[in-house]
Amino acid sequence: MVFGYQPTRHPFHQLRNEVDRLLTGFFGPTADGFLPGVFRNQPPVNVWEQQDALKVEMELPGIKSEQLDISVAGNELSIKVNRPDVAQEGVTYHRRERPVGAFSRIVRLPVEVDADRVEADLRDGVLTITLPKAESAKPRKINVTGT
Amino acid sequence: MENENTVVKTPAEQPALAERTRTGCCYRPNVDILEQNDELLVMADVPGAKSDTIDVKFEDGTLEIQAAVAPRGCDDHACLLREYNVGDYYRSFQVSEAIDASKISAQYADGVLTLRLPKAEAAKPRKIAVAAK
Repeated sequence: MVFGYQPTRHPFHQLRNEVDRLLTGFFGPTADGFLPGVFRNQPPVNVWEQQDALKVEMELPGIKSEQLDISVAGNELSIKVNRPDVAQEGVTYHRRERPVGAFSRIVRLPVEVDADRVEADLRDGVLTITLPKAESAKPRKINVTGT
Repeated sequence: MENENTVVKTPAEQPALAERTRTGCCYRPNVDILEQNDELLVMADVPGAKSDTIDVKFEDGTLEIQAAVAPRGCDDHACLLREYNVGDYYRSFQVSEAIDASKISAQYADGVLTLRLPKAEAAKPRKIAVAAK
C-alpha cells in the first residue's frame, strides 16, 4: 500500500522530510499544496485497516470539534485544525510548548472509501476517523468449485 | 530531531530513583506554564488519558504529573502508517514559587490537564498604598 507520507519516526525519514520541507518551502508551495509558513505544524497520524473500513487517528489535545475541518475528496482525506493563539495579557509564560496556530494534514488513502459514510469522533483529545471502504474495495470471499 | 514544524512525542525522562512497574513507553507531555498575579497555571497535553487515571502530586516543591493511557489503535499487522505511539505520560517540575499546596486544583477536558497552583499568601504581590500627608 502506498502512502503520500513516509513514516517520520526514522531519523533518515525525518531528515528527508526536513530537506523536502526546506526546499519546497523555499521555492513554492509545500507538498501539501499549501503555502509554506502558514501551517507551522504537521501533526502525526496513525492509519490502520480493518475488514471493511480504514481508521485514521490523530492526537489533538485541547481542540474543539468546531476548530476541525475534515473532508474527503477522491482518495484524499484532509484534516485541517485551527487552534487560535490566545496570548493572555498580564501573564508571564514560563514554558510554551503546546502547538498553536493552523495546521493541516492530507492522508492519501490506499483504497476507495464511501465518502458519505465517513465518521469522525473526538474524545479526550484523540480524533478517530472511520472511513468505510467502498463496495468495490471490500474483500470478497471466493468460492472454489471443483468437479 | 525537533523543530517547530513537527509535533514530536518525546520520551519522558525516567524518575531517577524509582523504576516503573508497567513496561511500555512513557512520554513527556507538552506543557504551557503561565504565571499570573496570584497563581501558576500549568496546562499539560495528555491526549487519550481519562480523568480517573491521571495522578497529580505536589510534594516538597516538586510537581509530578502522571497519566496512564490504555493501549488503543492499530495492531502491528493491520497498521498502514504509524507516526506516533501510544503510552503513559510522566513529567515533573521543581516549582520555585511558594505554593499553597492545599489549594491546588486540577481539571481535565479534551485531553488537556489544567492545574491551578495558587501562590502562598506570603508570595503574592502586594500593592502598598502610599499615604499622602
